[in-house]
Amino acid sequence: MRHAFCRTLLEFSSNREFIFLTGDLGYMALEPLREAMDRRFINAGVAEQNMVGVAAGLAKGGLRPWAYSIAPFLYARAFEHIRNDVCLHHLPVVLAGNGGGYGYGVMGGSHHALEDYGVLLSLPNMRAYVPAFDSDVQHMIRHLMTVDHPAYLRLGLSEQPAWLQPEPYAPWRRILPGNGPTAVFAGPLVGRSIDAIRQSGLNADVWLVSELPFGQPPPEFLSSIRRSGYLLAVEEHVAAGGLGQMLAHALLKAGVCPGRFVHRSALGYVSGLYGSQKFHREECGLDPASIVAELGRPVFQ
Amino acid sequence: MTVVATETSTTGLLGPIGHRMPPIMALSAGVAPDLLLRAKRRLLQMHYESGVGHIGGNLSSLDILMTLYHGVLRPEDAFVLSKGHSAGALYVTLWSTGALCEEDLKLFHKDGTRLSGHPPVQGIPEILFATGSLGHGLSLASGLALARKLKREPGRVFCLMSDGEWNEGSNWEALIFLKHHQLDNLTLIVDLNGLQGMGRTCDVADIAPLTSKFRSFGLSAVEVDGHDCAALAGVLERRETEPMAIVARTIKGHGVSFMEDRFDWHYLPLQKEQYREALLELTTKCAMHSAGPS
Repeated sequence: MRHAFCRTLLEFSSNREFIFLTGDLGYMALEPLREAMDRRFINAGVAEQNMVGVAAGLAKGGLRPWAYSIAPFLYARAFEHIRNDVCLHHLPVVLAGNGGGYGYGVMGGSHHALEDYGVLLSLPNMRAYVPAFDSDVQHMIRHLMTVDHPAYLRLGLSEQPAWLQPEPYAPWRRILPGNGPTAVFAGPLVGRSIDAIRQSGLNADVWLVSELPFGQPPPEFLSSIRRSGYLLAVEEHVAAGGLGQMLAHALLKAGVCPGRFVHRSALGYVSGLYGSQKFHREECGLDPASIVAELGRPVFQ
Repeated sequence: MTVVATETSTTGLLGPIGHRMPPIMALSAGVAPDLLLRAKRRLLQMHYESGVGHIGGNLSSLDILMTLYHGVLRPEDAFVLSKGHSAGALYVTLWSTGALCEEDLKLFHKDGTRLSGHPPVQGIPEILFATGSLGHGLSLASGLALARKLKREPGRVFCLMSDGEWNEGSNWEALIFLKHHQLDNLTLIVDLNGLQGMGRTCDVADIAPLTSKFRSFGLSAVEVDGHDCAALAGVLERRETEPMAIVARTIKGHGVSFMEDRFDWHYLPLQKEQYREALLELTTKCAMHSAGPS
């Protein structure tokens, strides 16, 4: 997604209000943006707290700053600066974190972003954008250039199967209609999973959520759960503060109670060993085979 | 005029580019003594009536804030209070300019107040940021200064910091950044009262000498008596080709002898007798000052 990210940001490179800050990351991806933006592309160095504070000051000064880094370096290292400087003041700073979930794979736990949107969405005025496909990034960036609130963009690696032509972007999308069990995903892992789900013959009704938090889910989604009596929620994020908890809350409020509700989430480092994103997903039951197996279980097992 | 440069360092009085700092002349007469006295009395009254501590650090900052707001700050300038625990001094200063009213001060620190113990998020246009956690203001001020440069707008940005605050790593990040981006429209001021939360700065995590550290980072740095308003006005009005650091030597609890240089007054509220004694001393000192040679 980094290339889609850079390519779309280039559309705005002549916007004098747009300022891009990076925490010294973006090698082999953001160079075209640096060329195009000149002084408005600022390498703030390996100093994320200051970068976020400066971004807040720039926003207060009437500009539209974006701050970019490897996700945890941004949301975890600079958390208090995000909380106090950006969110308390409702400033339109966009935090773009690369490597959502286990995206940095064997690089290790310091680089993984397992609690990013859960943590950030506890802050006032913050909204999180979780693209699943490159085309989502394009839509989100165009939208984020107009918003008046703090935002977090969680970048990953698009896994869109060649056959899938998702509906035009929307915060909620039904990406594979079906009459079987209901499933809802957040993030790029939906790509490989949906491939396996389609081949499984389970006829699952698959949804994708891309913006958090959300209010009432769409009526069609609620109808799907009432019909199937089953809901599987999948995200590459810890359970606390994630999609699963938000859904449980929304469904209770809506008076919709599936007979079976399963939440697949990031579980940290299950075996204590490290590997690729695929390895960690498998350890957490977030891989396509585990998801298909879960969807195949009877509702009241 | 008591601009001093007593710190010994390898550069001594020499600036970062090797020239001797010109003698600093007071460009402004500073704040009128009667206005300053009224502000100090009102600060004590506000803290006494609200039963609030932090009076020591407020008294060390008040002369700096009054100097800034009465003669230095222009409409296009911005101010960031990084040492948010001196909010009381800022509120009283804003009261002295008419930006806050008597009713505001009466509600300080009470339920339903606009004036929280540290600067509020909203409601007072002159206060841009809700500081209070240390190590935020300099980055915020750098962002404001950089925005002015990118937009080719005039105006300077001033940031008042504590000395204990330099324990925070984020300030050193900001220092690197503001020098690298040559934010010569930014002036940071350190209220160097030598005391922090649980002791003397030299005993907790010694960061002296700050002035030469600022110079080694490439800033133009001067020291000044932080209770000499004319001298303060002189250095605050100066514009250098480098980002500027003003190290203002101050006394915590300045003007009230039983509070001076005592870190207890970082926390303690005033008792009735202490309040009366403090008011009397301030008034007497001011009268003596006014009667003495100018």
